[in-house]
Amino acid sequence: MSVSMKIVEKPERPLAMNPKKFALWLFMISIVMMFAALTSAYIVRKGDGNWRMFELPVLFWYSTAVVILSSVGMQIGVMAARKDQMAKLKWGLLSTFILGVLFLSGQFYSWKELIVGNVYFTGGNPSESFIYVLTGVHWLHLVSGLIFLGIVLFDVLKLKVHSRNMNRIEMCATYWHFLGGLWVYLFAFLLYNHQ
Amino acid sequence: MATAELKIASDTHHDEHDHEHHGNFWTNYVFSQDHKVIAKQFLITGIFWALIGGAMSVIFRLQLGFPNATVEWLKPLLGDWITADGKIDPEFYLALVTMHGTIMVFFVLTAGLSGTFSNYLIPLQIGARDMASGFMNMLSYWFFFVSSVIMFSSIFIETGPASGSWVIYPPLSALPQAMSGSGLGMTLWLASMALFIVSTLLGGINYITTVINMRTNGMSFSRLPLTIWAFFLTATIGLLSFPVLLSAALLLIFDRHFGTSFYLSEIYINGEALPNQGGSPILFQHLFWFLGHPEVYIVLLPALGITSEVISTNSRKPIFGYKAMIGSMIGISVLSFVVWAHHMFVTGMNPFLGSVFTLLTLVIAIPSAVKVFNYMTTLWGGNIKFTTGMLFSIGLVSFFISGGLTGLFVGNSAVDIQLHDTYFVVAHFHLVMGSATFFGLLAGVYHWFPKMFGRMMNEKLGYIHFWLSFAGVYLVFFPLHYIGIAGFPRRYYSFTNFNAFNDFTDLNMLVSIAAIITFGAQLIFVFNFFYSIFRGRLASLNPWGSNTLEWTTPRFPGHGNWPGEIPTVYRWPYDYSKPGAKEDFIMQNVPYSETPESNTPEENELIKLELSNDDLIIQAGEETPKKQNDQDNTQEHN
Repeated sequence: MSVSMKIVEKPERPLAMNPKKFALWLFMISIVMMFAALTSAYIVRKGDGNWRMFELPVLFWYSTAVVILSSVGMQIGVMAARKDQMAKLKWGLLSTFILGVLFLSGQFYSWKELIVGNVYFTGGNPSESFIYVLTGVHWLHLVSGLIFLGIVLFDVLKLKVHSRNMNRIEMCATYWHFLGGLWVYLFAFLLYNHQ
Repeated sequence: MATAELKIASDTHHDEHDHEHHGNFWTNYVFSQDHKVIAKQFLITGIFWALIGGAMSVIFRLQLGFPNATVEWLKPLLGDWITADGKIDPEFYLALVTMHGTIMVFFVLTAGLSGTFSNYLIPLQIGARDMASGFMNMLSYWFFFVSSVIMFSSIFIETGPASGSWVIYPPLSALPQAMSGSGLGMTLWLASMALFIVSTLLGGINYITTVINMRTNGMSFSRLPLTIWAFFLTATIGLLSFPVLLSAALLLIFDRHFGTSFYLSEIYINGEALPNQGGSPILFQHLFWFLGHPEVYIVLLPALGITSEVISTNSRKPIFGYKAMIGSMIGISVLSFVVWAHHMFVTGMNPFLGSVFTLLTLVIAIPSAVKVFNYMTTLWGGNIKFTTGMLFSIGLVSFFISGGLTGLFVGNSAVDIQLHDTYFVVAHFHLVMGSATFFGLLAGVYHWFPKMFGRMMNEKLGYIHFWLSFAGVYLVFFPLHYIGIAGFPRRYYSFTNFNAFNDFTDLNMLVSIAAIITFGAQLIFVFNFFYSIFRGRLASLNPWGSNTLEWTTPRFPGHGNWPGEIPTVYRWPYDYSKPGAKEDFIMQNVPYSETPESNTPEENELIKLELSNDDLIIQAGEETPKKQNDQDNTQEHN
């Protein structure tokens, strides 16, 4: 009993999370700060008045559904990889990838919808520019997530992702869920501020 | 020098897998992933920038100190920036001030300081082979390098570099019509800074990850040297604040190049109305200072960490209040995020909000005073060795006090109405942030030079460098307080048009002469630095009798730092002059079981743990996660 107490009290080896996973979390924190700055700027600027109101594109609802579905696909893939179910893993990630592309094009078409509604990136009220900046910067981050996903998908097709090599797919899943969550936050933020 | 050792290692290693670590000239010296080489790259780039930034300040001090003199002789260097009647072009004066600020704050005191010492000391002092990701570390330097190249090239373009001061407030910086420096120069400034932010984030993520995940056995957070604590907190602040600057810069870029109106509203230039409607320039100030204020501590904290280490070592005494030092650094880090609006007291802010920010600002005096008193009580009764590094550290403490006191004035929203944008502010931050940090940087270079290059720097030249710099800095910045209280505004090209300020002509002259001497003293340092790399006295393994792990490495540590096993840590890093001990220092890797003569009863208890500890690591199956990692790594390499 007393011996095991000492083991608990004296873990001389410092904690060792996988450094790459840890670095990914730090990277996500820096992205959070970037969007925190943009959304704070949005609130501060809105508080000043002279703020044009307009309808948000309906397409945002669909792209939100798509991004949530893609996270489900990702999770199915990760769970399949843990159990070494290669076919399921492949289809899970492939569907995630396709949904990701669908999301990107959906966002693109929602910008078109905005333009039809006479909301332009430049030349107008900052409220109009802000929506392009928020969605556009998120769009770019999702491209980076898609590239990461593509690399992992390539590994999957070469059968390099399995229950004993989960590191990369887990990092990819973390990042993907994060980007999806970030969109849900941004959409909720925009909805809340468009009442 | 260190890389010469690497070369030998490459001859004995014929393993294809290790090839990237022991490669040719390019991979060893240029695109190196070794944290020690990257640190030296940051240091030497930083020295280059410091010389440029310093020379710029000398040029604009010539204008301020000798407004009637002609500087025709600068024509070969500055060309058309010298006007026909032999004066510095007023627009170029603004460019000089802007570039001096940008270069010193970001390129010297952020990249040159954190980049050098976080890179160099984190793996060596926590007992790691290298950074968590050597590749990211290399990228961090090369992003900084490209950013430097862009910023440097902006000095040479026809319209001149950015001139809207280092804070780049719109609308001045947003409208190319506003001044010639807001054209291409500003574009290059923004491009350069975007890359700089990427570099800082890559570096910062690496530093934090390494400190948390890569510590050697026994290196708990309560045994970390204060340098590492400082670098860790600095990187954390940077990680949280630099993305905000990126956002601010992004919106500014959209305003400049895409026609949005985030910061612009209802502006007339030359009688012509601009189309921009509905923006707010104050918004930029909020975003900028949300980075800008933490940036002050990103600059200062590493210098304070270095000073803690140097003062304790050379007082031959444990640092006074180790935990209080950590606590105050954490306090400063947290507070640094909630005081940004004290830079904006005169922007028409609600006076109640002003008093809130005044209160929060003045609270910073508490952790700062804790640090100052801890430095002084560490020195008190110590067996002080006046090495050059020690002198510069004491100089830092001096500047930190005299510059910090004026912070109480400018941090007060009522007093700030008089002092805002005067030379008083310039004097304040040059002492407490600029000079103090610069002295910390120099203390670090003098102190760790033997480890970096295996040789000692010349002490005599170091003393001359110190005394000229120390006296010079005070001669420059003390008079500026008076000039500031008298109401001299910052960034003005000329005062001679105002009768009220004529009284201070001779004081300005004194400041300029002192600035030139101070700059000249830095050339002594540069000579000493490069001369000593090749011709300095050979250094012993532990020339200062220091406790931390970097002094257990060979004279030229290879890539991997320790030839055998990484040392295990058994004690805190400040066991100096311990009663009963054989020597006046006990290194961190000496177990308590080897020092029965100096152990306290509590430490004798720890001996049992030390003995069982080695067994524990194997028995408790701690190796398994490590193997898992190795496996992952090799598979990723494939």
